[in-house]
Amino acid sequence: MTQQRRFIAESIPVPPPQPGEQAIDYSVRTDDEVKATTCYMCACRCGIKVHLKNGKIRFIEGNRDHPVNRGVLCAKGSAGIMTQYSPARLTKPLRRVGERGAGEFEEIEWEEALAVVTERLARIRATDPKRLAFFTGRDQSQALTGWWASRFGTPNFAAHGGFCSVNMAAAGLYSIGGAFWEFGEPDWEHTRYFLMFGVAEDHDSNPIKIGLGQLKSRPKENRAKFVSVNPIRTGYSAIADEWLGIKPGTDGLLVLSLIHELLRTDRIDLEFLVRYTNAPWLVIQEPGSEEHGLIYRNQEGDPLALDRDTGNYVDALQPGIRPHLIGPALLPDGRQARSVFELLAARYLDPQYAPDKVAPQIGIPAETIRRIARELAEVAFEQTIEIKQPWTDWAGRHHDSFVGRPVSMHAMRGVSAHSNGFQTCRAIHVLQMLLGSIDCPGGWRYKPPFPKTPGSGPMPSPMVGPNQPLGGMPLGFPQGPNDLLVDALGRPQRIDKAYSWEAPLALHGLMHMLIHNAWKADPYPIDTLFLYMANMAWNSSMNTAGTMQMLTDKDPATGDYRIPFVIYSDAYYSEMVSFADIILPDTTYLERWDCISLLDRPISHADAAADAIRQPVVQPDRDVRAFQDVLLDLGARLQLPGMVGEDGRPLYPGGLHDYILKHERKPGIGMLSGFRGDGNEIGRGKPNPDQIKRYVENGCFFQATIPENARYYRYGNKDYLTWATARGLIDSPDTMVLQLYSEPMRKFQLAAEGFGPKQPPNEVDAARIRAYCDPLPVWYPPFGEAETKDGFPLHALTQRPMHMYHSWGTHNAWLRQLQARNPIFVHHKLAGKLDLADGDWVWIESAHGRVKAEVKLMDGVHEDTIWTWNAIGKRKGAWNLDPEAPEAKQGFLLNHVISELLPPREDGYRYTNSDPVTGQAAWFDLKVRLVKCGPDEIAATEPSFAPQKQLGPAPVRTLRYGAGMNKP
Amino acid sequence: MTSLPANPAMRRLGLVIDLDICVGCHACAVNCKEWNAGGHMAPLTDFDAFGEKPSGVWFNRIHTFEAGEGADGRTVHFPKSCLHCAEPDCVTVCPTGASFKRSADGIVLVNEDMCIGCKLCSWACPYGAREFDEDVGVMKKCTLCVDRIYNETLPQHERVPACVSTCPAGARHFGDLGDPTSEVSQLVAERGGYDLMPELGYKPTNKYLPPRPRQNGACGTAVTATQVEAEADLSGHPFLRWVDRMLTR
Repeated sequence: MTQQRRFIAESIPVPPPQPGEQAIDYSVRTDDEVKATTCYMCACRCGIKVHLKNGKIRFIEGNRDHPVNRGVLCAKGSAGIMTQYSPARLTKPLRRVGERGAGEFEEIEWEEALAVVTERLARIRATDPKRLAFFTGRDQSQALTGWWASRFGTPNFAAHGGFCSVNMAAAGLYSIGGAFWEFGEPDWEHTRYFLMFGVAEDHDSNPIKIGLGQLKSRPKENRAKFVSVNPIRTGYSAIADEWLGIKPGTDGLLVLSLIHELLRTDRIDLEFLVRYTNAPWLVIQEPGSEEHGLIYRNQEGDPLALDRDTGNYVDALQPGIRPHLIGPALLPDGRQARSVFELLAARYLDPQYAPDKVAPQIGIPAETIRRIARELAEVAFEQTIEIKQPWTDWAGRHHDSFVGRPVSMHAMRGVSAHSNGFQTCRAIHVLQMLLGSIDCPGGWRYKPPFPKTPGSGPMPSPMVGPNQPLGGMPLGFPQGPNDLLVDALGRPQRIDKAYSWEAPLALHGLMHMLIHNAWKADPYPIDTLFLYMANMAWNSSMNTAGTMQMLTDKDPATGDYRIPFVIYSDAYYSEMVSFADIILPDTTYLERWDCISLLDRPISHADAAADAIRQPVVQPDRDVRAFQDVLLDLGARLQLPGMVGEDGRPLYPGGLHDYILKHERKPGIGMLSGFRGDGNEIGRGKPNPDQIKRYVENGCFFQATIPENARYYRYGNKDYLTWATARGLIDSPDTMVLQLYSEPMRKFQLAAEGFGPKQPPNEVDAARIRAYCDPLPVWYPPFGEAETKDGFPLHALTQRPMHMYHSWGTHNAWLRQLQARNPIFVHHKLAGKLDLADGDWVWIESAHGRVKAEVKLMDGVHEDTIWTWNAIGKRKGAWNLDPEAPEAKQGFLLNHVISELLPPREDGYRYTNSDPVTGQAAWFDLKVRLVKCGPDEIAATEPSFAPQKQLGPAPVRTLRYGAGMNKP
Repeated sequence: MTSLPANPAMRRLGLVIDLDICVGCHACAVNCKEWNAGGHMAPLTDFDAFGEKPSGVWFNRIHTFEAGEGADGRTVHFPKSCLHCAEPDCVTVCPTGASFKRSADGIVLVNEDMCIGCKLCSWACPYGAREFDEDVGVMKKCTLCVDRIYNETLPQHERVPACVSTCPAGARHFGDLGDPTSEVSQLVAERGGYDLMPELGYKPTNKYLPPRPRQNGACGTAVTATQVEAEADLSGHPFLRWVDRMLTR
């Protein structure tokens, strides 16, 4: 169940007034009205209660009943007032009048803005729909925006996941049918050992902070150990029992070495592997053949195992079989096969993974690796815990209790932001499987709607044609080469080259390549770039200066912009605004309806499926409209299928509110799972006109609690599978088999070996696929390592301040007082070698460029790693800050020295600076050197850009927010 | 100068802050800011809010620093606000009686109507816990959310200082440190809670809990080097051990 936080808050009786002391009226009314809604100061989706007094926000607090934050609220959420009343808010639709990038606009009416956009989009849709590229940033309405793109008919849709977490999502979904990030959580209550690889500390942040606080506050006899693997000792790592400050990008090697040790010492859960993973499946061993490495299957496509009792090849999914694991299996057709388990064990028992061999590369002692492996095993196998709760497995077998291996893991940034991140994350999941600690008591647990069958889901949809919607959704889950979005010559069909040979499992697209590819017309030109809340002209792009140039670059032959038209929607005056032709001003998060859906990124926790809404808490005082309403309005104006009825009239004239209530994705399944049908149906049920009202009454969220017998081993728990199917979370109650060995990966490899109808178009692409689409996790140095030899020996990383979410806190009067500048942190030993001291200025130089920053020395960082805080640096004048603001002078972005491209291959082509499997932006591959500034160089960051023009009147200098609110 | 209460009550309200689990997230600082911006000492003015030198009045600030080097090094997150000392000079130096310590619960407050903005109290406080509001010309400070903890318009569970209520890690506790049987006093006793700079003699009410000893091994049973070494001698290929295992799917 939801764990309450443990803190002491004694109840103190009110004291009588004391003579001679100031008399205080304690019981001043704090509000006229309290409205629940969902926070959006970052992407965590905490429940909040907004207290209003005389029409203004008196204060915002965490909602105690909410499954995400349980009453707590972080610094960002608590600063919501200052974001609501920010002087950076856009106030009216704008049309560019000067050159793009100059920031010269005229205010126009909504009707005119929408007419311009409609005319343009209608023409694109009638001719070549893919020429609209519609990308959204840290958007929480992808269930709507992705659907809108599919109705429009463009495959060129994605959100920010491609530069954020897709390595974690893809590795998790294809391995265990769920993922780290925010889609699962350690069993905080029962875990005895918590191993954390990296993390973005601004994210999933309240749940992790609550969990760590609980874990560390347990009574002595029930203590747990917290190990943090991170090159930098900040935030969570600061309170870890053990901090492993490894060399960036070597997490995967560490994990494979742990696996080596566990296999070598036979400390693995073989029973778990046989029952719940594809360990006993047989892999065809016929080198040089088109089926080498594929799973041996029957006519129906079911995987087969060799049953030791009967000696027969039998359906590997059936219960009760006793499968052959070690040694060759001679198949009836004369070929040989070996079990997945044997292939896995043989690979990782190899001495190349021995701690002594890999320790120097990782940067920690070999005995530490051996000890951690031993500790994992000891907790998993000698400190097993048991929850006395009868349950039934998928095969109908009854169990008296849930037995748990109380080792839990979490991983995120760091791992996700390297070009070896997909395989590294796969390795972590394999480690979890070997320990039998997936969705067990004390282990890592899924949050619904997960688990889903690993690797399952709809395929990504290609464009159909003019005035035609897509056949499905733009993003999906390829099973092999046939599902890629490439043409007959192997060329990408999407503008970001997702689902091409360059990034076959690009489940979230490659937003970081969008502007570059659009500018270069590679693989084809586009007409209009339609962006929502994505600061692509600054901190959300690699090569920021280059990106700004691409957005303003003109074809000398025609004088036209190479990216012909840019539509942008944002609530605030971000750096991107200057680069748009039409601005559609959005509302703040406290002014609109929103839907935090199980179809997108819900608010579930391990014991409940949950979703939420936002409701308008205050009314806009500007001429702005909620983007989701605008999108549905545009859809109706464009007569998009699903947005207008047969008579051509809008189906959702009330905007998103109407859509939430009425839209069905499948019969009975809509945006929200609670209060469906007659108001009592959960997950599946007819639309209920009172549904939103019921959500509001319930604190703007709904949760369906999972029965106690259905809370663990859910991939193989009959009660859960039945429960989840009935509620529309999954389509059928079939058991799910966890994938140690990833057959889709092998299918890509086979194509690259020359088999099948769809093959990589050239040998370089093919070599990449063969190397990186390994069906078993593999470690390779991050691509950036290649730059070491060119004189860039240092790693450069960012960390997320817990009190800022990317650039969103920039214009917040309170948050910017916590941090308005960022130094480059340097280990004091490295500083000694480079003759650097606190306050010195240095050039951070990469193969791509250089940026200037102020030095700060520290101890808790890997010695060859430098780092800074993410997204503090700002363009002068952006976000309506004073051009002299420290964010623009002493704040800087590492983005300036990160290239979106890798060095050219032999034919001159440059691959994206991304994971070769998922296309995840490899922000953390960055290699640099430091060059001390000369005495004549100014103490301010460079590059520096012309200031963005001030938006409206100058902001007030002295803020007296709250004055008078303490009056009755 | 201002006198301390002649007959203070036993009740001494204060905070207990757990440095073992504070991750330095600033949640307490900002939640304090938003509550108190409209609270008893409203407003908590901000200066140059969107300009070159943003600053403002905050009752609670977080300091992050490193202690030690290498294997002994650690990163410390240290929240700091008024400690509501038993014998505070910030009260006794006050020429007008504006700065006072309440006899009923020990909370140190400033009566704004009497404050002349002379700043003597901020010079006297060695903890830097006083915040001068230049806009109003008076000294402001942590009130221990006196307008929350006794606010009868709030539900009982909300009558807690804002910083305690919001702390995600549960690193902050509130209660009566004058009562040795209270939960907070027991927590302090159990965890070895300490005073900040006790040598100065101000007898702070707030207590800090030191980091717990780090877990060296797996859950208390430290894996020894000998154990790990012993495994190096494990003989035979693991395949030989697995080949005869009969396991049922």
